[in-house]
Amino acid sequence: MKLRIRNGRLMDPSQGLDTQADLFIDNQKIVAIGEAPADFDDAQEVDASGLWVLPGLVDLAVSLREPGFSQKGSIASEGRAAVSGGVTTLICPPDTKPIVDTPSVAALIQDKADEAGMANVFPLGALTQGLDGAHLSNMVSLTDAGCIALSNHRHPMASSKILTRALEYAASNDLLVVFHSDEVSLSEGGCAHEGLMSTAHGLAGIPETAETIALMRDLLLIEKTGVRAHFARISCAKSVEMIANARAAGLDVTADVAIHNVLLTDSVLNQFDGHYHVIPPLRSEADRLALIEGIKNGVISAICSDHQPHEKMAKVAPFAATAPGMANVEVLLPLALQLVEQGLDHATILSRITAGPASCFGLEAGSLAVGSFADFVLYKEDEQWQWTPENRKTKGHNSPYIGESFTGKVLATYVSGQCVFANR
Amino acid sequence: MMRSDPRALQLNERGQLKHFLTLDGLDKTILTEILDRADSFLSMGEQSVKKVPLLRGKTVVNLFFENSTRTRTTFELAAKRLSADVINLNIETSATSKGESLLDTLKNLEAMQSDMFVVRHSDSGAAHFIAEHCTPNVAIINAGDGRHAHPTQAMLDMLTIRRHKGQFDGLKVAIVGDILHSRVARSQLHALTTLGVDEVRLVGPKTLVPSYFSEMGATICHDLEAGLRDVDVVVMLRLQKERMAGGLLPSESEFYRLYGLTEEALSWAKSDAIVMHPGPINRGVEISSEVADGEHSVILNQVTNGIAVRMAVLSMAMSGQLQTIEDSNSAGENV
Repeated sequence: MKLRIRNGRLMDPSQGLDTQADLFIDNQKIVAIGEAPADFDDAQEVDASGLWVLPGLVDLAVSLREPGFSQKGSIASEGRAAVSGGVTTLICPPDTKPIVDTPSVAALIQDKADEAGMANVFPLGALTQGLDGAHLSNMVSLTDAGCIALSNHRHPMASSKILTRALEYAASNDLLVVFHSDEVSLSEGGCAHEGLMSTAHGLAGIPETAETIALMRDLLLIEKTGVRAHFARISCAKSVEMIANARAAGLDVTADVAIHNVLLTDSVLNQFDGHYHVIPPLRSEADRLALIEGIKNGVISAICSDHQPHEKMAKVAPFAATAPGMANVEVLLPLALQLVEQGLDHATILSRITAGPASCFGLEAGSLAVGSFADFVLYKEDEQWQWTPENRKTKGHNSPYIGESFTGKVLATYVSGQCVFANR
Repeated sequence: MMRSDPRALQLNERGQLKHFLTLDGLDKTILTEILDRADSFLSMGEQSVKKVPLLRGKTVVNLFFENSTRTRTTFELAAKRLSADVINLNIETSATSKGESLLDTLKNLEAMQSDMFVVRHSDSGAAHFIAEHCTPNVAIINAGDGRHAHPTQAMLDMLTIRRHKGQFDGLKVAIVGDILHSRVARSQLHALTTLGVDEVRLVGPKTLVPSYFSEMGATICHDLEAGLRDVDVVVMLRLQKERMAGGLLPSESEFYRLYGLTEEALSWAKSDAIVMHPGPINRGVEISSEVADGEHSVILNQVTNGIAVRMAVLSMAMSGQLQTIEDSNSAGENV
């Protein structure tokens, strides 16, 4: 089927594109920009005048909660939430029940995602069996079954020795490993950034050293083993500095950050509102500004939603007793574009939610280049709307942004040339 | 979705207390009003008939998710002297089902049409959580939430200081020991800085006195002599035995050697300094028996003052709630 997206503002950082033009799609792919190819007279047309035409978003962290946590979400519900936010490619963590440590679970998730017909879904495989940190998973079988990379998620490794061996084994097979750097002996029991706010409010702190000590160890082991590596959800100024130094010294590592760590700080903790309970925690203003600087200078390649839907009761408790996490995938785009107010330009912001994350994982996504799969978003940048409990798509109840008004709305999302979501 | 600021949550539109959750954000006027009212109740305690009818017909529920004898007893006595009906509930919670059981417990108690909950809970922010999720018109009194706040304890300490020192201007106060885990110290710090003392020193090793307290207006001392030099008031905090397990301290004896309040250490303070302790005291761990029972000690006065302060807070919160109801009723009539 031929499709012509007429007269939109095409913005694609992967090819330095920001221009008013038509986009032509044929047989699931983008076949031309600007001038119509031959045989497009009978193409179906969509008028995108006044709209932005963006590459579909690539979100490196969307918990689908399936299998195992149907009270929190499902592949269908969270997939729909993702495409309603313009996310056409997503990576889901291995902490399902059962855990993604066998090819059958990896296959199940992908089959269900295909069935749902929403975003392209790539699971992460567990680095160790049952994420126990002690026994290596069948890494090659997992990646053969579609796992895009391996991670022990937020679960600790039994020892630095086992971690070294896991990295050596992954490196032997040229597999990508995703790190959530966390020295558990420093972070356990904590629920908030260790600082003035946690101290004043009597909340157990998570010091920045919990992240940086583990990050330094991880960097040293990456250098030693030569494994391909990506750092997920960094939160501290020092982490940005350490990764920048490692890259300057020639180490090929990438990093991402969660959108809430870039927009919020621990100053919100005076509400004792469990919606702000996230791991890693919201940190100081200095950390937040360093993360923004890292996004600007490219040390941080990707901004993700770190979407973690929860049932209502998970947040109805005193702060420390609430389950951590926010469910923001459907507002990732307008939230990310709020970073314009922080001095980032559109091209940089869009790059960090499209081509940037795609390149971290070697995904063919996040681009409007001719020959790419036609994953794209029609976005009305000045549309005012309110995100409400009623119009939300995620099954999760847990976002401090529910109830807020936004400027900028996804009007339609296309995956491989098919409209999978249309607003209105 | 944004929850309300706890500081705003506890005041009605006229600026009167309707809950009592934290001292953070309460101004000098309201703290002084609590002390003045407590003073008047104190003189009443010396009379043969100790009851006043301010809470007659009201039901006060002591909701204790954490064990406490002293605090619960003085709250019970305070409520009874105000002529309230009092129910005591001690509720054990399992760590896994805390949130749900807390909310379910609340809903059950609401159904009994109580007027006031006095709450102690091991989670910081628990009293605030309850105030938000409770039906309106029920006053919540924080009797200690995690490490966050213990506002009635701090106010009884303020009353004790005022009765012995006359005023707060110019006073130097040292709080010694496990500041990190202490909700009492946090509330005292708010009260002392609001009431205008000259200096608040927090004294202890770095493991128990995080540097962030200096951003809250305190002076941090890691040396007891420097901390006690010329102070008017010494507050000793209880040292929990489990602190030794977490690597926060080597031993009780070394803590006593460095930070224990002995007669020698007390001599560094002003000659008329008073010694306070929220209790229960560990003799020979944070304070010597000689000092605890000595002429500078006002530890037992604190207990007496505790009843008066709790009567003041209970009666103020109840009248704040009644005023709120009256205001909303008359606003309804105007419409």
